[in-house]
Amino acid sequence: MDSYNIMFFVLAGIIVASSVLTVVTRSIMRAATFLFFALLGTAGMYFLMGYTFLGAVQTMVYAGGIIVLYVFAILLTRGVKDRISENTRKKIALSAVLSLVGFGLVGYIIFTAKLRSEVLTAPDERVMTMTRVGENMLSTDMNGYLLPFEAVSILLLACIVAGVMIARKR
Amino acid sequence: MIQIEYILIVSAVMMFAGVFGFLTRRSTLAILLSIELMLNATDLNFAAINRLMYSGGHEGYFFTLFSIAISAAESAVAIAIMINIYRQLKDTTADKLSKLKW
Repeated sequence: MDSYNIMFFVLAGIIVASSVLTVVTRSIMRAATFLFFALLGTAGMYFLMGYTFLGAVQTMVYAGGIIVLYVFAILLTRGVKDRISENTRKKIALSAVLSLVGFGLVGYIIFTAKLRSEVLTAPDERVMTMTRVGENMLSTDMNGYLLPFEAVSILLLACIVAGVMIARKR
Repeated sequence: MIQIEYILIVSAVMMFAGVFGFLTRRSTLAILLSIELMLNATDLNFAAINRLMYSGGHEGYFFTLFSIAISAAESAVAIAIMINIYRQLKDTTADKLSKLKW
């Protein structure tokens, strides 16, 4: 057991526990808090894989932006007092069966697919450096991502305008 | 030793927790939280498969980056819609929102 394995098990435990608690807890505010921990655990997984820029983006955009947005939305609407699981037992049981069957299927496929079983080790220089991220993001050659970058920026602009238009007071 | 496949198992747990929440929740905001969980699981999958199959490459890395940006935009618009619905109907429970149907 080196430190990578210990960190992996800690992060996996955090992710599994908080994502299950997100969907079974009764108060929606607690659900948002557990979602926050699941997202932070995912950021930790990115750091563990050596994708540090991705982990930083995940922490800033998801944990810093989206969760704050959700908390504001929950507090602005009457979401806090909502009883969020008033479904019939049959429907809950059927949903649980569907999720478990799907998880079993995916797990079976993952373990029998004979993926290249690479051991998670400390990242070396094969993993993306910060310079290469920036060069790829803003270049137009074969490995460039300038066009999707611009498309995403237009999309974000449209979403800002749409959000203001929809949510403004009339 | 930790194989990278184990990350795929963790993200599968996250994905199907999201599916369960999506099917059982009633409050639309809780449904949105479940959708975020599912989106996050797919992001983790992209990154893990990129690291596993083609660790010199960067396709999954950039796909994850753009996917995070798009899901941020999606949740911003969705929350604007929720706030507007609450302002007009005073209720955001999914089975009460039937005004558009008839």
